[in-house]
Amino acid sequence: MNPVNYLYLAALLFSIGATGVLIRRNAIVLFMCVELMLNACNLALVAFSRMHGNLDGQIIAFFTMVVAAAEVVVGLAIIVSLFRSRHSASVDDASLMKL
Amino acid sequence: MSASAVHSLWTTAAEPIGKIDAPHIEYGQLAPVLIIVGAAVLGILLEAFVPRRARYHAQLFLTVVALVASFAAVVGLATSGYATTEAGIVAMGAIAVDGPTLFLQGTILLIGLVSVFTFAERRLDPEAHGNRVDSFAAQGAAVPGSEGEQAAVKAGFTTTEVFPLVLFAIAGMLVFPAANDLLTLFIALEVFSLPLYLLCALARRKRLMSQEAAVKYFLLGAFSSAFLLFGVALLYGYAGTVNYAGIAEVVDGTIQDIDPVLAQTMGNDVLLLIGAAMILMGLLFKVGAVPFHMWTPDVYQGAPTPVTGFMAAATKVAAFGALLRLLYVVLPGLRWDWRPVMWGVAIITMLLGAIVAITQTDIKRLLAYSSIAHAGFILAGVIATSPDGISSVLFYLGAYSFVTIGAFAVVTLVRDAGGEATHLSKWAGLGRRSPMVAAVFAVFLLAFAGIPLTSGFAGKFAVFKAAAEGGAGALVIIGVISSAIAAFFYIRVIVLMFFSEPKPEGPTVAVASPLTMTAIAVGVAVTVVLGVAPQYFLDLAGQASVFAR
Repeated sequence: MNPVNYLYLAALLFSIGATGVLIRRNAIVLFMCVELMLNACNLALVAFSRMHGNLDGQIIAFFTMVVAAAEVVVGLAIIVSLFRSRHSASVDDASLMKL
Repeated sequence: MSASAVHSLWTTAAEPIGKIDAPHIEYGQLAPVLIIVGAAVLGILLEAFVPRRARYHAQLFLTVVALVASFAAVVGLATSGYATTEAGIVAMGAIAVDGPTLFLQGTILLIGLVSVFTFAERRLDPEAHGNRVDSFAAQGAAVPGSEGEQAAVKAGFTTTEVFPLVLFAIAGMLVFPAANDLLTLFIALEVFSLPLYLLCALARRKRLMSQEAAVKYFLLGAFSSAFLLFGVALLYGYAGTVNYAGIAEVVDGTIQDIDPVLAQTMGNDVLLLIGAAMILMGLLFKVGAVPFHMWTPDVYQGAPTPVTGFMAAATKVAAFGALLRLLYVVLPGLRWDWRPVMWGVAIITMLLGAIVAITQTDIKRLLAYSSIAHAGFILAGVIATSPDGISSVLFYLGAYSFVTIGAFAVVTLVRDAGGEATHLSKWAGLGRRSPMVAAVFAVFLLAFAGIPLTSGFAGKFAVFKAAAEGGAGALVIIGVISSAIAAFFYIRVIVLMFFSEPKPEGPTVAVASPLTMTAIAVGVAVTVVLGVAPQYFLDLAGQASVFAR
């Protein structure tokens, strides 16, 4: 199969993730959408790697997975601490600071 | 590419292990980064093994020693010519050690050192149950206002993890402007961002605001780094390599051997333009330039003030370093495309930062918008696309960052019963109550405004001169206009401090330990020295303004 199709899929997944970040209000869901974007990047990287016939893209995909895991650790810690003090993970409720 | 060709890639890995050459790592040139990473890891071990009572002193000692040692390594490298004649690419093409790298690394390390002093301040908050406390939560995991938190405060816990966290952040920032391939760029971005998200959440007072700031910073930061990563993927797809020099060759069309796939992707400008735009988005987010600035005021306001000072100064330095390298090394062939975009970004950044700052009533938000405006001024220097542009940006970053840390350090001093008194109305008449603190803050504000004989003026002059010579005259005019608008609200704060009656229930100025005093004194000294005699430092930045390729 033509690897370019995987690029279209990657772009589609990335757009779904980005749209999700913009329209969903729950911090956990937002965060899952960001993870979807990162995985779309991985798919694009691996597809390009296959097209160019070098391994750089696949190596970066591994790094991205590690970064995503590290982001989960930090992100969930922050979101859980917010949830425990507010009993809500909605990003709209967190609005102490406004102009 | 055929399937058999892909399989031939895999068979290289199947050859005997002895055939794989070990990578050649220049440990000497990487020493500044390695020292900081090593100290950060050691700091984590200290957390685990040193008794709680001794942790604060052990961590502070370790952090300061590491920063000083790393700075000594940077100076050593610079004096042995790695900034000029010996400059080159190290670590198998991943890191560039050259003038801008060493200049920015030195700046970041000094900023880090001064910030660590403000982190370690333990005399501003009243003692809790006989224990001295700093600006950080007794226990980050404890729910605000809960019994668990009260128990932690009573037991005298302090979050000494902030020291290893700040070291990790500094390590990432040291690599960020030095990154010479897109993978290193992305990893360095994450390495310095993740500790900063955590640091934002750790304020001792106003914890809900602090947690909110951390969530906002984290979600938007992760969002922007996903954009950066997709840009990395697209640029890799365009050029078939993530190495800066390699991509530049493909962008310029000077590459020698072009295989059919590369010829196909090279012809696809969509990959290049969208990829470059997305990477720029990620970097401009970290810089705080206008379409991507929304997080700045909230995060600056909610984060513990020492962290805000560190973030405002060091993140900007690192991110502008990476931006400069990307635009000057990877994408000079594309400058007719990115210059108009950056023009637009610089103009709205300067104007919006300056105009919205006028409406602010909180001193930390005011400084946040002022930092947005300053990002616009620095972008004007970036747009110059000349060696003068690089050196002026380097100088501006050095001058601006120390003023910022000093200003936020002063903010930590002005307190009332609820902690820091950040509302502007409470600053009324501060000049009558404590003239020294108000005078020092006035010096910082004048430097922000760019009044002559302060470092701000020398920096702005250098940046605008470079921009004008680079053919961006209109940009300079808008820059000067927005400086004038910005000067209005800086002066307004000075007038508020000196020419209005102090309120009876107004805040008091806490007596800080020598740590914060040092931070403020360094800020004032740098402001005055760089304002009165900038030539030596301009020359230094000028010598450091050549990128290795």
